[in-house]
Amino acid sequence: MQRPLIVMFLAALAAMPAANAAPRDDILAGYAAQAKADDAAFGGFSATRGEALYRDRHGGGKPDTSSCTSCHGDKTRAAGRTPVGKAIDPVAVSVAPTRYTEPAKVEKWFRRNCREVLGRECTAREKGDWLAFMMTQ
Amino acid sequence: MTTVIRSIVVGAVLFAAGAVMLSRAKAGSDEFFPPVTDPLTRQECGGCHMAFPAGLLPARSWQKVMGELDNHFGDDASVDAATARQINTYLMAHAADSAGNGGMHRWLRGVSAAAAPQRITELPKWVREHREVARSDWTRKEVASKANCVACHVDAERGYFEDD
Repeated sequence: MQRPLIVMFLAALAAMPAANAAPRDDILAGYAAQAKADDAAFGGFSATRGEALYRDRHGGGKPDTSSCTSCHGDKTRAAGRTPVGKAIDPVAVSVAPTRYTEPAKVEKWFRRNCREVLGRECTAREKGDWLAFMMTQ
Repeated sequence: MTTVIRSIVVGAVLFAAGAVMLSRAKAGSDEFFPPVTDPLTRQECGGCHMAFPAGLLPARSWQKVMGELDNHFGDDASVDAATARQINTYLMAHAADSAGNGGMHRWLRGVSAAAAPQRITELPKWVREHREVARSDWTRKEVASKANCVACHVDAERGYFEDD
């Protein structure tokens, strides 16, 4: 009777190191499916495109926040700052391992911030590219 | 005998003074403002700026804030309906004019009962408390805005706003 429990316990233990990464992979998989649906030629996310999206100055949004870097800063591993002065945790996954693991939170901030910076919501491909870049950081 | 009585009286007076100071520091004094205790409210309201203590505005002001989150001082700060309900419940229970205000009623001195002020920094008490702050301090780069309490009140997140 005890054996299945022990096996389950060991299996859970083995899965634990991946506990942080799995939700992020799920989020990425969701964006990949949507990107594919948006464009049949979609061939995967690109950290290079993600970096450009992060660093470029965009039109369409608010003049004060024309780039992701306006608040998050040029250095992805350093803290950013909101327009009113509050510190923002770094965006790079290497220094903020719990980031991008809650789908609702990720969606909320993409929605708000893409509107601020681009004046529109981001596409699934853009969101995936952004995450791909941050995972290299 | 008189020395004993005198020391007892002195001790009692000191104790009473200490107790008064402690209670002032704890509730509704010029320095302590009960911080937000609801984790969801703290997280959602603290995303872009510090989660300001609910006792810094009356309930009618918070109601207006919550009704206009899609245009929150020019930004979209909207949240889902369930989140909004929980935040609203917390704010209503802890607003400056609510029963659970932690002694904050004096903070509203000078605010008309008909007005629903939106900016804490425009309340008469706030203005009075900051009248000695030099213009050059407000424009310091690390201050950024009057919403950045912690730039000067380093322990503001825990509710302590003494003059730093």
